[in-house]
This record gives sequence, structure tokens and C-alpha cells, in this order.
Amino acid sequence: MSTTFTKSMARNVFYGGSVFFFLLFVALTLDTNQTLPKRDNSQNITPSVAHGKKLWETNDCIGCHTLLGEGAYFAPELGNVYKRRGPDFIKAWIKSQPTGTPGRRQMPQFNFTDQELDDLVQFLKYTSEINTNKWPPNIEG
Amino acid sequence: MQYKSQAVAKPYFIAAIALFIGQIVFGLIMGLQYVMGDFLFPAIPFNVARMVHTNLLIVWLLFGFMGASYYLVPEETETELFSPKLAIAMFWVFLVAGALTILGYLLVPYAALAKMTGNDILATMGREFLEQPLPTKLGIVVVALAFLFNITMTLLKGRKTAISLVLVLGLLGLAVFFLFSFYNPTNLVKDKYYWWWVVHLWVEGVWELILGSILAFVLIKVTGVDREVIEKWLYVIITMTLVTGIIGTGHHYYWIGAPEYWKWWGSIFSALEPIPFFMMTVFAFNMVNRRRREHPNKAATLWALGTGVMAFLGAGLWGFLHTLAPVNYYTHGTQITAAHGHLAFYGAYVAVVLTIISYAMPILRGRAANSEKAQVMEMWSFWLMSISIFMITLFLTGAGILQVWLQRISETPMGFMAVQDQISLFYWLRELTGVVFLIGLVVYVCSFFVKGETKAA
Repeated sequence: MSTTFTKSMARNVFYGGSVFFFLLFVALTLDTNQTLPKRDNSQNITPSVAHGKKLWETNDCIGCHTLLGEGAYFAPELGNVYKRRGPDFIKAWIKSQPTGTPGRRQMPQFNFTDQELDDLVQFLKYTSEINTNKWPPNIEG
Repeated sequence: MQYKSQAVAKPYFIAAIALFIGQIVFGLIMGLQYVMGDFLFPAIPFNVARMVHTNLLIVWLLFGFMGASYYLVPEETETELFSPKLAIAMFWVFLVAGALTILGYLLVPYAALAKMTGNDILATMGREFLEQPLPTKLGIVVVALAFLFNITMTLLKGRKTAISLVLVLGLLGLAVFFLFSFYNPTNLVKDKYYWWWVVHLWVEGVWELILGSILAFVLIKVTGVDREVIEKWLYVIITMTLVTGIIGTGHHYYWIGAPEYWKWWGSIFSALEPIPFFMMTVFAFNMVNRRRREHPNKAATLWALGTGVMAFLGAGLWGFLHTLAPVNYYTHGTQITAAHGHLAFYGAYVAVVLTIISYAMPILRGRAANSEKAQVMEMWSFWLMSISIFMITLFLTGAGILQVWLQRISETPMGFMAVQDQISLFYWLRELTGVVFLIGLVVYVCSFFVKGETKAA
């Protein structure tokens, strides 16, 4: 780099640039927060959904599955599983784990009550109705 | 060693390497579970192995960053560390907290762990990479604050160089953005939106400041190039990092419920994210070519060059590969993401921590550089680990392309599990290459125990 561009100039560009783009990011975030209610399906967050989310978290479902594409890639996407499989299948599936099929990936048994299974399904239903810009590309997730 | 208090870096580096071994062992367990689904089930389910794998990575990199800071800040500021005792005390706090957390993952079902550790008071657990129980998260904050206090006090009483300022800025950002891990709203979209303020703003933001300053420090030492030149480069690189990386967060906001305009913001800015990594590579090679001295530590120079190249490939090229919204629509949440994650973490952060360890550890052990024999062995481990992680990335990319095709593009899309069966060959190849990586790591560890002729520091 030429000698006309000094270290202190570089430093000033760094501080100026970083502050500017961070503030722009904050502004976009504020706008996002204002727009979210139209997209995030938050009007359908019931106590049941909230409890379902907590069960989702305290059993580390994200450690194997993806949710809206984020998480681990060991087991199927669950952001749209409500639409793919429906509530009854989901509950029956969770209840019958692990399959014990030799060599197949195994899901643990979590011993959920019926109420807890309903809450999880409600959470997955709420998730499936978030406006995700039409992701995933098809029902297989 | 110029300053006595630099010695506190040593236990940090040793702990980092020990936890690195653990990380790789659990990586191999997971790799095998990908193809032998019931391996170690139910003793170690996949999600548990994954938590251990990723959390160990984060913890050992943090050990590495802290060790690096304790080593380089006294030398940069030309003064002893403010409190070596605090540094050692925090070392044990962090190590014990880390070990207890990992044991908790392995020995207690996660839901029971959540109950035991007060997740009902403030629910923060069960989100990717932020699985730590509340006491561990609070512990991380305490350790980070004590560490920052120690480093800042040292900086205040000594010489203020660009390298140490940038380092402290990066560490401060690391601590501040971690606070978002305590924010977990029920609204899933907001939860995900701010989760990235920890994850993305760490690894594609403030961590790159830490990376840049460690690399700049080692390059000054091994090349003898003028500080003015190196620090000017450092500023230009990190400017590009933050200018592209902060708004680049938007590439995570395409499909999680955030407004559609993030497709534009995210695509444009994150497409520029490879630039700082490319500059880093040019920077490293340029400085080594213009070197004014022949430093006896050839291994450290190799690691420094390797950091630039591997970070550019993993974070830059493999990041760009799937960052544009129309591409990401198909690749989001597939093995493509996993491929990028592996090479990016290795190239940027594993490599830079091993660079500073390679440079500093011989000096901490009382010599300018290790014996020729030990260095040759260390360089072998560099090539074994770097080539095998690159191969792992290629295999996962192959798996990802097939996965995207079979599951998302094909006219008759297959289900997830059926696709996984189809691509198992790639997972086997990945696992075998993972074994080569482990061999490389064993060689690396062995290189510390090779004796031979050395020069005094």
C-alpha cells in the first residue's frame, strides 16, 4: 500500500466504517421488528405453543433436527412437519421411538404426557405458519 | 520470554489442545452415527455427541484466544500483566465449569439437566451452540469480564499498539454479543433473529478482529517487517470484515420469517465477505516474502500462511458458494452448510490458535524455536490435518449437492431419510478422512515431546 495512505487514515476508516454499518444494521433491525407482526404468526402464540417451544428446547431437538433450516442435519426438517405429516402422525411417531431397527438412526424416547405431545404439535403448527418466503422448496423439507 | 507474566498463557494453551482432542473424538463418533445410526445408542445419542463436539470447539478456541491475549498483550504493551493471579484463577474457573458442563451433557438427560440448573428461572438452553446451562452461561460472562478487566488494565498502563487495541475491541465485542444468549423470546422468529447476534456477529464479526490481531502479531515476530506496514494492513482487513460482515448477517434472515428485503441486503453484503479473507492471505504471503529476518520457527510461519489460505477457502469461498439467496433457497440446512462450517472453523480459528501456540509455546518452554526434528513433525501434522479437513469438506459438499438434488430439485423429490441412505458413501469417506485428521492431531501432540538441538530464547 502506498505511503500516502497512512495507518491513522486506515484506523479512521475502520472506526467510521464499522460504526456506520453497525448503525445501519440497527436501523434495519428496528424496521424488521416493526414489520414482523405481519409475518411471524405471533398472533397464534398461545400458552400451549409457548410450552411446546420450551419442550422443544429442553429436549435439545435442534441437536438432530433442523427447524426452518437451522440446527443439525442428522434428522428431518421439522419447520413444515405439521404440513407434511399432520398432528396424529407426529404424536404417534414420538411415542413409538426408538424404532430399534438395526443400523437405523435412533431417536430417544422422551416419555411425554398427552398434554405435552399436544403442546409440541401446537408449537410445530405455529412454526409451519410463519411466512418463510416460501422455504422449503417442497414438502420434503 | 520477555515478560514473566506471559507464562500464564501456557496452561491455557495446554487446556486448548486437550479439549481439541476431545472435540475430534466426538466428531468421529458423530461421523460414525451418520452411517451406523444406532452406534452407541442410547448411551450417547447423536444430539449429545454434537453438543460435546461443538461446545468443546467453542471452549477450546476461547482458551486459545485467552492464552493468546495473555501472551501477546504484555509484549505489545511492554509491561507485565495487571494480575497473573487473576488469570490463573480464571483458568481454573473456566476449566472446571467447562468440564462440569460436558459431564452434565454426557451423564444427565438434557431435560433433567435443564431442570437441575434453573432453566425454569430463565430459559436459555436448547438452542444450537447455546446449549449451556444457565450457571455455565453466567460463568462464561464472569470469566470474560475478569479476563477483559485484566487485559484492559494491562493495556492502560502500557504502550497502546494497534494490535492490542484491535484485540481488546474484538474481545469486548465477544463479551457484549454473548449477552444476547440470555434473550430467548417465545416468538421463534425473534429468537432466531437475535440468536444470530451471538453466532454470526461472533464468527463473521468480532472473532475476525481477534484472528487478525493474533495473525498480525505473529507475522511481525516471524518476519520482522515494520509494524507500521502490518498494522495498516490489519486496519484495512478488519474494516472490510465489519463493513461486509455486519450487514452480511442478513444471509441468515432469508427463510426464518424476517422481511423479504434481507434477501438483497444479505446477498450483496455477504457476497463481499470473502474480500477480507482474500486480503488476509495476500497479507500473510506478502509479509513473509518481504521478511527481514529468518526466524528459526518455520512451523509457526507455515501455520500463519495456512491460516490465510484455509480461512479464505473455508470462510470465503465455501461461504460464497451458498450465500446468495437464490442458491441458498436450495442449500439452506443441508450438508453444504456443514461442509462450509467445518472448513471455515478450521481455517480461520483452529489454524490461528495453533499459529500462536506454535510461535509462543517454544518460547514459553525456554527456547526460540523447537528442534528441527520437532518442527518437521509439527509441519507433518499441519499437512495431515489441513488436507484431511479439506477432503472432509469436499465429501460433505458432494453429499450436499446430491442431497439438494434428490430432495429439493428432482421432479420426484425423495424424503430426508431415503436421501441420507443414497449418499452414505460420502459419509463413509468423510469418516475415514476424519480418522486421518485424528492421526494428524496425534502427530501434532507428539511433536511437543520430540527432543533435539534447540537454540536458547
